[in-house]
Amino acid sequence: MTGAAWPLLVHLAVAIGLAAGMMAVSHLLGERHRERATGEPYESGIVGTGELRGRLSINFYVVGLLFVIFDLEAAFLFAWAIVAVEAGWAGYAGMLVFLVLLGVGLVYEWRQGALDWGRTRRAIERALAARESSRRPVTLAGVPFERGTPVGTKGRR
Amino acid sequence: MTETARALWSLGGIVLAVLSLAAGLIWVERRLLAVWQERYGPNRVGPLGLGQVLADTVKLLFKEDWIPPFADRPVFVLAPTIVMITVLTSFAVVPVAPGIGVVDLNVGVLFVLAMSSLGAYSVVLAGWSSNSKYSLLGGLRAASQMISYEVFMGLALMGVVVLAGSFDLRRIVEAQRDGWFCGPQLLGLVAFLVAGLAETHRLPFDLPEAESELVAGFHSEYSGMKFGMFFVGEYLGVILISALTTTLFFGGWLGPWLPPVVWLLLKTFVLIAFFVLCRATLPRPRFDQLTGYAWKWLLPLTLVNLAVTGAIRLALEGP
Repeated sequence: MTGAAWPLLVHLAVAIGLAAGMMAVSHLLGERHRERATGEPYESGIVGTGELRGRLSINFYVVGLLFVIFDLEAAFLFAWAIVAVEAGWAGYAGMLVFLVLLGVGLVYEWRQGALDWGRTRRAIERALAARESSRRPVTLAGVPFERGTPVGTKGRR
Repeated sequence: MTETARALWSLGGIVLAVLSLAAGLIWVERRLLAVWQERYGPNRVGPLGLGQVLADTVKLLFKEDWIPPFADRPVFVLAPTIVMITVLTSFAVVPVAPGIGVVDLNVGVLFVLAMSSLGAYSVVLAGWSSNSKYSLLGGLRAASQMISYEVFMGLALMGVVVLAGSFDLRRIVEAQRDGWFCGPQLLGLVAFLVAGLAETHRLPFDLPEAESELVAGFHSEYSGMKFGMFFVGEYLGVILISALTTTLFFGGWLGPWLPPVVWLLLKTFVLIAFFVLCRATLPRPRFDQLTGYAWKWLLPLTLVNLAVTGAIRLALEGP
């Protein structure tokens, strides 16, 4: 610490005070309404339907998982960056090994399709292989589908 | 002047300056957008339309301060304050000029990164507690976007840390006396700017609040000053990212003839104008493209940048 850290705490207190003050003033000055549709969630002017917390794309979860893995690894690199010169070439070699491991993980996830959203070519082909054994005509979004029909590589059709 | 008085004066000055800059930025942005899109922008209230900011503030204060009955009350109220508090607190470690600055932390860079991570809670909690479909989708998008870009936001800065040998922002500025880091750390600069755009949800990365798809995304259910705080938080974020980029890559307050504070403000303003130019010109990507950029391009790019920077630094100076 190059100086006392207490100004930081004062700064934090000022920031919290400002935020609280703004909230309080707005609460005091704001108008009040209570009409028929005031208590409804906004759904572009129509009456809301369906489940509020329905099913969501699994990819949001995958991104969260990737973040936990890679941000931790990044934290290890922070520790190297600050002592890069003192650690010398030995430290650099260690960092490089770590970096390669990280890169291998990234390439693996990439190849697995964890970074792609929606239906990928691999997923479609896997589904086709599964269907083929059941001997029923394959349809994709209601359209009869044969092997070799060109499909988009990524995203929804 | 004693050390205590100096710190307090800096604190007051910085908070006041930053808040008025954020308010002024609303006007600056609208005028700049108007220039680039060949229209007038706000020009009715007061000279050059400068009164627009004041009028908007008064309007927001008198709007209904509505807490939805279906929302999670405490979280709903807390969420907008988080973004403002974290961004405002980050300014404490930004060195303005020699002798001006709230506090010199020897972990300054890490502190800023930590605060920006905490800022993610604001949008996530806002989206979740609102209990509305648009808000939930916006909050989820915001969460994925912010954590995707956070990973390499820190890594992009590590090249600078390797060159300066310190996390202390003041020492990083001093290390740039012989040359700004924007040259040797060009890749880091590009990655950091992109991450900055994504972290502050500025266009083209404003998918969490994409108005053509999600109405207003995570703040659909917010009104009055609670909405205003998200708004102010976003503009404070733009100033913070610009000031940090200046400090880390463009030599901070360093420059000839003019006083240091003026240099910092000038460079920061150029970067703010760049942010606005991005908004004026770039279209919005699809969400899978957005996370794709982060993981497939920018993360490998920053890792390569870090490895090359480390090797060159060691080769030039020896262990």
